[in-house]
Amino acid sequence: MLWIDFHGYGPRLLSGAWLTFELAILSLALALVLGLIAASARLSRSRGAAGVATTYTTLIRGVPDLVLMMLLFYGGQIGVNMVTDQLYALFDIDIFININPFIAGVTTLGVIYGAYMAETFRGAFMAVDEGQMEAARAYGMSPWRTFKRIRFPLMMRHALPGLGNNWQVLLKSTALVSIIGLTDMVRVADKATKATHEPFLFMLPVAVGYLAMTTVSELAMLWLKRRYDTGFEH
Amino acid sequence: MPDAPIPLVVDDLHKRFGDNEVLKGLSLTAHQGDVISLIGASGSGKSTFLRCMNLLEQPDAGDITVHGEAIAFRETKRGRTPADWKQVERIRARLSMVFQNFNLWAHLTLLQNVIEAPVHVLGVKKREARERGLALLERVGLASHAAHFPAQLSGGQQQRGAIARALAMEPEVMLFDEPTSALDPELVGDVLRVMRELAEEGRTMIVVTHEMDFARDVSSQVLYLHEGRVEEAGKPAEVLGSPSSARLRRFLAPRF
Amino acid sequence: MEQWLAHVAPWLSANDIFTPATLARYWTGLVNTVDLVFVSLIIGLMMAVPLAIVRSSRRWWLSGPVWVYTYIFRGTPLLIQLYLAYYGFAFVPGVQDSWLWFFIEDPVYPALFAFTLNTAAYTTEIFHGAIRATPRGELEAARAYGMSSARAYRRIVLPSAFRRALPAYGNEVIFMLHASAIASAVTIMDLTGAAYFVYARFYTPFPAFICVALIYMGLTFAILAVFRTLERRLLRHRQPAA
Repeated sequence: MLWIDFHGYGPRLLSGAWLTFELAILSLALALVLGLIAASARLSRSRGAAGVATTYTTLIRGVPDLVLMMLLFYGGQIGVNMVTDQLYALFDIDIFININPFIAGVTTLGVIYGAYMAETFRGAFMAVDEGQMEAARAYGMSPWRTFKRIRFPLMMRHALPGLGNNWQVLLKSTALVSIIGLTDMVRVADKATKATHEPFLFMLPVAVGYLAMTTVSELAMLWLKRRYDTGFEH
Repeated sequence: MPDAPIPLVVDDLHKRFGDNEVLKGLSLTAHQGDVISLIGASGSGKSTFLRCMNLLEQPDAGDITVHGEAIAFRETKRGRTPADWKQVERIRARLSMVFQNFNLWAHLTLLQNVIEAPVHVLGVKKREARERGLALLERVGLASHAAHFPAQLSGGQQQRGAIARALAMEPEVMLFDEPTSALDPELVGDVLRVMRELAEEGRTMIVVTHEMDFARDVSSQVLYLHEGRVEEAGKPAEVLGSPSSARLRRFLAPRF
Repeated sequence: MEQWLAHVAPWLSANDIFTPATLARYWTGLVNTVDLVFVSLIIGLMMAVPLAIVRSSRRWWLSGPVWVYTYIFRGTPLLIQLYLAYYGFAFVPGVQDSWLWFFIEDPVYPALFAFTLNTAAYTTEIFHGAIRATPRGELEAARAYGMSSARAYRRIVLPSAFRRALPAYGNEVIFMLHASAIASAVTIMDLTGAAYFVYARFYTPFPAFICVALIYMGLTFAILAVFRTLERRLLRHRQPAA
């Protein structure tokens, strides 16, 4: 693509693509962790934990990700400011925390997709045959070992299609951070378009970039699926 | 009735899947009221033979004549295909098939299943079809289940419903493809009883089956198939009572 | 009504943000969002049915192009598709003077264009999956009873496929509602646009966005309720004996 004349936007477009990629991977990691925690909480015997987790997944999934992003991003700064103001007023501690937009982006995407991951994990945990865990306990495995060696791998087989799906949606949602001011590749293309009036020159490569990422993900999912499907007939 | 056309004549049917020739020249004539049982080990070609009769599988050679009307074929680069699909559809409508796995339409109620093809293929008036459909369900002992969906019925009930669906077409010949093989043993009896009644009232039936008692008591003719050929054929008493081939004797020997 | 107003009026004058003027803005936003989503869903659905049938064809030169279309629209962010429609039409030389001007003058048209193509692509794949999941035996029975392939499609394959597709389509409707929030990025005053306006005017993110989040949530639950009713009615045949 380097032989196309990007009017000097080429390097910025590339660094925007890298930011998109980093953002997606880090949010995925956060979403997986939050999802596992929330799913475990929902399935736990503690009513309080289950209630909190249910509220989290229901509220998040009822609201557009852009609205949540704006709420957490714009609200986050003001919330932090209120805390630091209080600190100054009460304890005379003078700090100013400026929310890093990249961290904010990762956090919002992670929190949003954590809720979707939680639903996937919950369904997958419930789909695992209890007898398998009973067998593990009968052979003297500790609860942690049972989780690690038996329940988790079995659960993953059920969870994979859903996780792959969530990842694809998350990946495409990264485009939204351009609206709240992160310079990902969509924002670079948007600015370049406004400056040069050549939308196709900038938007199409970005579209191809996303298409490449979703295609690679799709292939990776096929590979993973085959790995976790060992021993199961289809 | 010397001039009445014969319901079904199949002549020298051949069928191959790739290099594997599964039917090696099979013939059969079903006169009005005949009940012909096709028996044989799995892989003998008996189901394929039956499925060729209504063109669910395309035979590579041989003729099929229904009620005096021969199915027309034409040669293509990929082999032989029916010349006129409209003709095939018309003929299929006269050869109702009952499947091993029932194949009732899952999104329709039992009564809707029974009237679907009469209304939309034969063009019977809906009210008339409903009345007849209910009578047929009554016959197979399912009048109270007319509004049920297939998933809400046992296998035996589904198969009796499927027989009612077949009867609703007022078929020339009924084709049964192992109708009791997918059923729990205790549900087989009800289905066989219905089939016996149909035979007694003079329906023309071709039945692929593993039920030797049914073949012996009900059929007018038994064909024993082995590797795509008819190895023995004749009256059930002869074929099943005193089989001449060693293979059929082994096939019929009680297994423990 | 008057009593209700009497109750509400003091509250409305007591707070600075939810004045009648901003409430009117939220209302406009709600109308615009519902309009946009509803129209694109309807047109998208009408496109998806024939596309799914073509996509399920055994002839690759029929199914292939549809696959390429759905692959591209499902593999790229809707925001890119929206920008391409919005800027793409506006910056094509000569379009300003042509009859297409109405199309770009109001950002709602490019947005409708992008949203419709997007939901049509997802819906096509949903229906295609449902058509492919038709039990072989049911289709075979239809053919064995003398139905032509067209009739078997119309009477057996499609009715059962639409029912199977219902839960997934419900998700797609909710997905579209949520995705439509990006319309605000091309200056459309939808719900999210209204919330952003209120936030920017009063610099109060929490009331502005929480209020709109609640409205979206209400819409989401309403859609869920509609589809649950539809499923109960149309998927009766899957439930065990009554």
